[in-house]
Amino acid sequence: MSSISAKSDRDAGAQAAAAKARPRVDRSQWIGLLYIAPAIILVAIFFVIPLVMTIWMSLHNWPLMGGHTFIGLDNYVAITKDTRFWNALKFTLYYTVIVTIAIFAVAFPLALFVEKPRPLNGLYRTAFFMPVVVGFASASLLWAWLLNVDAGLFSPAAFRLGLTEKKFNLLATFDPAFWSIIVMVVWKVAGFTMIILMTGLQSIPGDLMEAAKIDGASGWQRFTSITLPLMRRTLALALILSVAGSILAFDQFYIILRGGPRNSTLTAVYWIFNQSFVSFKLGYGAALSVVLLVILVVISLVQLRLLRNPEGT
Amino acid sequence: MATTTNTAPDRSIGRFISEHSIGLFLSAIFIAPIFWTFLSSLKRPPEARQPPLPPWPTTGVSFENYAALDTFGAGLWHSAQNSIFVSVSSVVLTAAISLLAGYGFSRFRFPLKNLFFVMILSTIMIPFQSILTPIFLLLATFKLQNTLSGLVLVYVTLQLPFSIFMMRNAFDAVPKEIEEAARIDGARSVALLTKIMLPLVWPGIVTVALFAFLNTWNEFIAALVLMTDQDKFTLPIMMTAVQSGRFGAVNWGAVQAGVTVMMIPCLILFLLLQRFYIRGLTAGAVK
Repeated sequence: MSSISAKSDRDAGAQAAAAKARPRVDRSQWIGLLYIAPAIILVAIFFVIPLVMTIWMSLHNWPLMGGHTFIGLDNYVAITKDTRFWNALKFTLYYTVIVTIAIFAVAFPLALFVEKPRPLNGLYRTAFFMPVVVGFASASLLWAWLLNVDAGLFSPAAFRLGLTEKKFNLLATFDPAFWSIIVMVVWKVAGFTMIILMTGLQSIPGDLMEAAKIDGASGWQRFTSITLPLMRRTLALALILSVAGSILAFDQFYIILRGGPRNSTLTAVYWIFNQSFVSFKLGYGAALSVVLLVILVVISLVQLRLLRNPEGT
Repeated sequence: MATTTNTAPDRSIGRFISEHSIGLFLSAIFIAPIFWTFLSSLKRPPEARQPPLPPWPTTGVSFENYAALDTFGAGLWHSAQNSIFVSVSSVVLTAAISLLAGYGFSRFRFPLKNLFFVMILSTIMIPFQSILTPIFLLLATFKLQNTLSGLVLVYVTLQLPFSIFMMRNAFDAVPKEIEEAARIDGARSVALLTKIMLPLVWPGIVTVALFAFLNTWNEFIAALVLMTDQDKFTLPIMMTAVQSGRFGAVNWGAVQAGVTVMMIPCLILFLLLQRFYIRGLTAGAVK
């Protein structure tokens, strides 16, 4: 909104300037370029150039040492045959779907719980939010310990309570390992999604709910026909953040599982990391990055389109 | 809730109790892993190797796990210094650069302004994980490979889209009349920014600085890729090396101590500056 008014201001200003002393007005305004220059230089050097370079490198055979050779689209052709990359991508999408559902299933009830005005609510919000600020690496190290079969918490506790006959190694097979990560990630990020959903809930006018209540709408009806439609934008935002974050998952799989058991939890970013910085196939890693980037942008755009579609209007 | 209190006091008391027991129970679950780690880190090393049941030390409180951290590689204290240097430099540079850029974007008209603004903001859409390889090569050409300063420049760049967005909004919220009055009094552009505008956009700067600190203190993959020399490891990379058994058998007591060291600054800053954090989150959400 502010940008629109600023624009019209500027147009009016520009016309006035054109009519009168043009050079002087313009030059004093150009100081603005000096103010933004440091930011522009950094973004150009450490973002725009690397982005262009990624595309350029993806067309080369580019080892860490020695010269690189132009090979056209060969890297992309190789990707189509790289079953391990597609398996990593498949696993990443599976993880993204499951973890996003799990996060929303926990965060939405939490948001409904803390949204109501109630004493101690600030305390609850803070408590639910604390894991968000500790960082993925710390959280992963912490859970790597809790999940450890000998020194950890869960296996020994289950054993001592008599739930398992011997200590059960949660990280040795795919399903328990995968679901352990899901639990850890939900613990870590549910508070974040909760706060975003809560701001959406709070922006719903209270009298609208009252009116619906007077008209005899049940709690569920109010939720599906008022809360959800009015939260479309918030839901879209929370969904996009969750999906984008999950597709790029790396820390927890690297720290807790090292991609195991038997490479079954290698994510797309993990595979690119291995190709680029373990095998040092930089050109191939760049091509994989481009593929991941395109997939991510397409998914984001599709989500925006689906959720912005005005159904109720 | 206020209306039910009048009509059915018994039910509302029951509801009060049940709601708060749910709240307290859930809070305990969310906080438990953090406290569990902290309490276990105070155990004596032989006890810290055992499952944390009960979580608190039973054979006496000790700081031996923390002392053990300094025996790995370059030592944890060295990594902590690296982390502090990287985070503090990133915070200062991010705040300064986004303050200037926010002012420039908010108050001046110049060619290509909107293009530059969109260019900076749109970098949020692109995952930096996909451009790490060229960043690695670029740092090498600038002779900044394996240096903390190089890592700082990368971190600051990653913080800029959010920070500049926040600071532009902060400046947009300041009425233009304040500046005009100051300008009539003869204040020049730079003095205007530091003396008059700075106090008015202070909350925005705190928000930007807080996010920059938390993000850089906790950042993992860029530090893992760009810092290959053990001497340059930040805390997350160092602790991952400890946890992976790179320095012999995994010392879980040391891992608990290290994780505690990594978590405490984040938790303290968050608890002190909570409203600035929520402001930053909701600013992003409402745009």
